[in-house]
Amino acid sequence: MTNHWIDLKNSDAILAIGCNPAENHPISFKWIEAAMDNGGKLLAVDPRFTRTASKADHYAQIRPGTDIAYLGGMINYALQNNLTHKEYVAEYTNASFIVNDKFEFEEGIFCAFDDQEKTYDPKAWAYEVDAAGVARRDKSLQDPRCVYQQMKKHFSRYSVDMVCSVTGTNKDDYLAVAKAFCATGRPDKAGTILYAMGITQSTHGTQNVRAVAMLQMLLGNIGIAGGGVNALRGESNVQGSTDYGLLFHILPGYLKSPEYDNVDLKAYLDKWTPKTKDPKSANWWGNTPKYTVSLLKAWYGDNATPENSFCYDYLPKRSGNYSFVKLMEKMGRGELQGLVCMGQNPAVGGPDSLATRDALGKLDWLVTVDLWETETSIFWKRPGVNPKEIKTEVFMLPAASSVEKEGSISNSGRWAQWRYKAAEPVGEAKSDLWIIDKFFQGVRKAYQKGGVFPEPVTKLAWNYGNHEEPDVHLVAKEINGYFTKDTTIVDKDKTLEFKKGDQVPMFKYLQDDGSTVSGCWIYCGSYTKDGNQMARRDAADPTGLGMFPKWSWCWPVNRRIIYNRASVNPDGIPYNAKRAVIAWDLVEKKWKGDVPDGPWPPLNDKEGKHPFIMVPEGHGRLYALDLKDGPFPEHYEPIESPAKNLFSRTQTNPAVKIPANMTSDTNKYPFIGTTYRMTEHWQAGAMTRSLPWLVELVPTMFVEISETLARTKGVNNGDQVRITTERGSIEAKALVTSRLKPFNVQGKMVEQVGLPWHFGYAGLATGDSGNVLTPSVGCANTSIPEFKAFLCNIEKGGKRA
Amino acid sequence: MAVSRREFLQGGALATALVLTGKKAEAGGADAPQMRTKGLKSSTTICPFCAVGCGLVVHTKDGKIVNIEGDTEHPINQGALCSKGSALFQVANNEHRLQKVMYRAPGSDKFEEKSWDWALERISQKMKDTRDKTFKAKEINKKDNKEYVVNRTEGMAFLGGAGLDNEECYLWSKFARSMGVANLEHQARI
Repeated sequence: MTNHWIDLKNSDAILAIGCNPAENHPISFKWIEAAMDNGGKLLAVDPRFTRTASKADHYAQIRPGTDIAYLGGMINYALQNNLTHKEYVAEYTNASFIVNDKFEFEEGIFCAFDDQEKTYDPKAWAYEVDAAGVARRDKSLQDPRCVYQQMKKHFSRYSVDMVCSVTGTNKDDYLAVAKAFCATGRPDKAGTILYAMGITQSTHGTQNVRAVAMLQMLLGNIGIAGGGVNALRGESNVQGSTDYGLLFHILPGYLKSPEYDNVDLKAYLDKWTPKTKDPKSANWWGNTPKYTVSLLKAWYGDNATPENSFCYDYLPKRSGNYSFVKLMEKMGRGELQGLVCMGQNPAVGGPDSLATRDALGKLDWLVTVDLWETETSIFWKRPGVNPKEIKTEVFMLPAASSVEKEGSISNSGRWAQWRYKAAEPVGEAKSDLWIIDKFFQGVRKAYQKGGVFPEPVTKLAWNYGNHEEPDVHLVAKEINGYFTKDTTIVDKDKTLEFKKGDQVPMFKYLQDDGSTVSGCWIYCGSYTKDGNQMARRDAADPTGLGMFPKWSWCWPVNRRIIYNRASVNPDGIPYNAKRAVIAWDLVEKKWKGDVPDGPWPPLNDKEGKHPFIMVPEGHGRLYALDLKDGPFPEHYEPIESPAKNLFSRTQTNPAVKIPANMTSDTNKYPFIGTTYRMTEHWQAGAMTRSLPWLVELVPTMFVEISETLARTKGVNNGDQVRITTERGSIEAKALVTSRLKPFNVQGKMVEQVGLPWHFGYAGLATGDSGNVLTPSVGCANTSIPEFKAFLCNIEKGGKRA
Repeated sequence: MAVSRREFLQGGALATALVLTGKKAEAGGADAPQMRTKGLKSSTTICPFCAVGCGLVVHTKDGKIVNIEGDTEHPINQGALCSKGSALFQVANNEHRLQKVMYRAPGSDKFEEKSWDWALERISQKMKDTRDKTFKAKEINKKDNKEYVVNRTEGMAFLGGAGLDNEECYLWSKFARSMGVANLEHQARI
């Protein structure tokens, strides 16, 4: 989230698209309702009439996978009706940037597409630059080649009628949502967009998110209280696990994991440190060398020296895509010998789960670390298989629960909050910290006797005390970072003296010469000389906006609303004085309010900087330069779809390769399937399906269908039904409901089939897994699978009927 | 189950008894709200389910968790919880929780109990053997036919992290990279 949960109360309009906060983030509704009590409008756009929709001022039904059509239509609505925030768009976004004259778009394809490889060359979409190398701009936004005009042309095709015929939305509902939300383009109004997997789980998921961000930039809604682009994250620390780089493409703090041709530290830093020639651009990623070297110092300690490039060679270099789906394919080919699952349950959580379950049997060894037996840990005795034929060796390790250990987790609003140990773990269960430490100690001991290239293991810095369990405070202090020698830093008019071992107060003091350690630069400031900031419990709210600056700690630098320099005009005056996030104090020459996005004075000052500091041009990107599937979002159909793409002859995202087990044969699979979550269960179900209270509430797998589909199929509420896709077949109890309605797909009514995905064959409450049905095809940029839109059939019956 | 919901409601929460008897709470009396938790140790925690980050208070007696409820001082949830958060007590007290290290030998049809020492020794050796066998120091890139140093362990993947604490995620990330594991993913990708 650019903002945070309590900030929702500051909104005049809340657009929930591709999420269902009333169901999946129930306590967030406390703040959504606070906004509504103040006159704010709740707008729900979803394939189903959800719990969120039931509380909304306006609900609009949308066919799964047509979000770009919907949001692109809202972008067009804002542009055509002159509802955008003019100054914000001209000054803070790249609307005024001139695009090079080779740029083209035709029939759903942008220029520089390689049809064989299914890839674009994004260099062809570059800005036009002047002699000094700075992008040319036309702040009047009139130049036909400027981003604003190109965007206007691109989305002029997204007329209300066109959009509604693609999304299936009733025109009045669509217009009610567009009107209510685009009204927040006024400087004194705030609109927030909430989204979750309904937006991301798509073959064009990244472009869905971009469409959200673009609409928010056009309306001047990013950086302000009650605004923002707010992803509602689903696991308690999925924000933290992302921050710490538990993904193949990133290291902690969103530094890129090295690629094969980043042959040494210099080449790595040259490749990943962006440059700018605009003196008013902060280009924050220009600090990449400081953060990278501080990370390497945290990992290799005294062994990391300037002479050996801080042990950069020890890091693995990637060549290609190792995303979850690719790993499962690799496992299925027998190319993985070992797998360790730290509280992840791929037998239920991933797409095409029958294939994943078979693939687990190709492993030599599997380690699972969980609170419970999971479908993954007992895959070898799952229904329908003979354990004798499965040769995988399985270690199922018992983990401590969250109240049996100490440490921090980061919520969706980036608040890192400290948890305490209330009791000893049950039985012989151990904390993950203990388990990881023991893995490392064991492996290091083995490598001390020799092995292949042992140094990355034997030289790793691992100093977390002498107790049975690593001291979690020492880990947290290393993450924050400390000085490795006495250091003097001149910061403007101040001279700061630090002693060796002092905690680094904030990331602007991190260095690229080895004099600082920081395990994750964005958390620098979380554990300082003043102690553990994440454990703070001061409930003061000086602005009244609900920022609670001394309650826990949030990254970066305890800034509660990021990009907040965009909440003020170029003179530093808040666009909305009633909800001022920051304001420039002319007398004291400093910012008041939230921690500003950088210390510099307002933009119009000679020292001022553009507000979108994480891109080298400093302007929010209405036009993207580095995505794999185009600079503007464009509507394509989901890979499995009952509809023809009305926008162009390009049916699906051209940058996505289509796997074999997918089909759009509507004779075989006439219905649109989609998956989702519910309040009473959580993710792959291990954490809830063994809790009697929750099992009593939702005891079994079910499938939601409309009253009309039930009539057609002769199905009554509670009947057993079988749902089938090209990947597999499952059984469930039918839940016949008026909350689901068929979609109008270009004049033909197409029914939908809604499935929770929380069930499996382990635990107290069992049931078939929704993900047996879902396709293993992912977003062009992120590879997240298209769980939300596929084709299926449903029939009454099944062996348990 | 150590305590069923019914037993818990009847035995644990005097507030419920208060409703049942209709007796008014008096300040400092046996039925006053603060008496419910008198003599118990308390500590705060954050909900392990979704990412709203609601606060809870955990009460213990003689080292055992006897009650968990919403933290009324927490600014996000102000004491409120959803059905999952309210059930955290049953995560802490649950007969289905794994309590022992379990091992399943190749081709076996059952788990057997093992000690931590035995399992950790064997897992460390498996990790090392897999790394040694599948370590790729260099590779020829298909695009340019040049040789590159990649120092990567091909045959091992690490998954998970969204349910771990930050400090655990950090050490997992650090350990994975030291082992050359590029096959590192977690729930955010799905």
